[in-house]
Amino acid sequence: MRQLTLPLSKEEILSLNAGDCVELSGVIYTARDCAHRRFMELLGRGETLPFDPKGAFIYFAGPCPAPEGKACGSCGPTTSARMNGFAPRMLREGLGGFIGKGEMSEETRRTLKECGAVYFAAIGGAGAVYGNAVKRAEIVAFPDLLSEAVYRLEIERFPLVVAHDAHGRTIY
Amino acid sequence: MRTIDTAEISNAVCRLALKAGRTLTKSCRDALARAAEQETGAAGFALRTALENEKIAQRERMPICQDTGMAVVLIDLGQDVLLTGSPLREAVDDGVRRAYAEGFFRKSICDPLTRVNTGDNTPAQLHVEIVAGDKVRISFLPKGFGSENMSKLFMLTPAEGREGVINAIVGTVKEAGSRPCPPVYVGVGVGGSFDGCALLAKKALLRDVGSHNPRADVAEIEREALEKINALGIGPQGFRGRTTALGVSCEVAPTHIAGLPVAVNIQCHCVRCEKEVL
Repeated sequence: MRQLTLPLSKEEILSLNAGDCVELSGVIYTARDCAHRRFMELLGRGETLPFDPKGAFIYFAGPCPAPEGKACGSCGPTTSARMNGFAPRMLREGLGGFIGKGEMSEETRRTLKECGAVYFAAIGGAGAVYGNAVKRAEIVAFPDLLSEAVYRLEIERFPLVVAHDAHGRTIY
Repeated sequence: MRTIDTAEISNAVCRLALKAGRTLTKSCRDALARAAEQETGAAGFALRTALENEKIAQRERMPICQDTGMAVVLIDLGQDVLLTGSPLREAVDDGVRRAYAEGFFRKSICDPLTRVNTGDNTPAQLHVEIVAGDKVRISFLPKGFGSENMSKLFMLTPAEGREGVINAIVGTVKEAGSRPCPPVYVGVGVGGSFDGCALLAKKALLRDVGSHNPRADVAEIEREALEKINALGIGPQGFRGRTTALGVSCEVAPTHIAGLPVAVNIQCHCVRCEKEVL
């Protein structure tokens, strides 16, 4: 299994092919529907995002609360297609890409290619695997959104599949 | 007449919710294990990860999936039971509230328009049916919305018949593609009214994966639809492969001479469903 550590270089991203199984470690940020709407409002007002978007990976996920002694509760991916309306705009802020589940739109795939970014599919329903692989979690924005807040996660060996690569290829 | 305090029902709901959030049904686990033997590459990787996930969930006492769902509670209430204590609706919601706090489950319920979270995963989607006898049968189905969002209801014409029913089932799964976490379990309701048909589809999901309707013609629809779904090649997580659905369960009820309602309720590969009789 190929091991990848964030941040990924442009060369590393370009070396990934749709269908590759990898394990990813490093820092990522969660965001779902409501957080993305707020990102759009911030960008619309010319303000900055609550994290540095350059090379960052957004994980479409909203974790369960962390039990005592654990950094994070269950934390699998949510359906990425709901974020299609926001994805191209976010990619143009310089993201390294996304982590989610399920196919994304033609426009998102095209923008991934244009921006040299990649979309990893996490295994939907495997919330315990991913939650257990989170070593540290903290809210960095929108705590009022509860599980939909933006979390900074330090992850260790997230099992992922390259779903839409930076060359416009797809596993679906 | 038998007297039951609704606190007992509340406790049962709490127990069932905690167990359901952390456990796959046996029939689902067995079906996933069989499918894992047949799939290779990313599809095989997805199924092996799903099976490993349940083991971690049990060991670490974590929810299987972070989408611990909307709490769908179905109660068959014997008409010889006299309920005492707080109102049934409050008792059920209280059981849900306690389980989702105690289990560190995600609270996923919000106002549909303002999107403000209710904070405790209530209210439950509660269906109560009054039946014969003095027992209370409770079924708890935590329903994730990745799959619920892909569900559909069709008001077909009688002329569309059996073929129309099968096309509705297969078409819904095809259109859902990779989004509802395949391999899916498909609950189908055929007949009744608009609302009754949707409930039939939900009830079909309470059956064991791989079970068949006792009516031979309905079981044949289940088999044919499953075969056509698996011929779509969507595969586990949409990574291509042989297993797009683990099973199709179909329930039927008489309908109006002018109609043929078909509801297709999609369940992801984490079939979580617990039952108890008081």
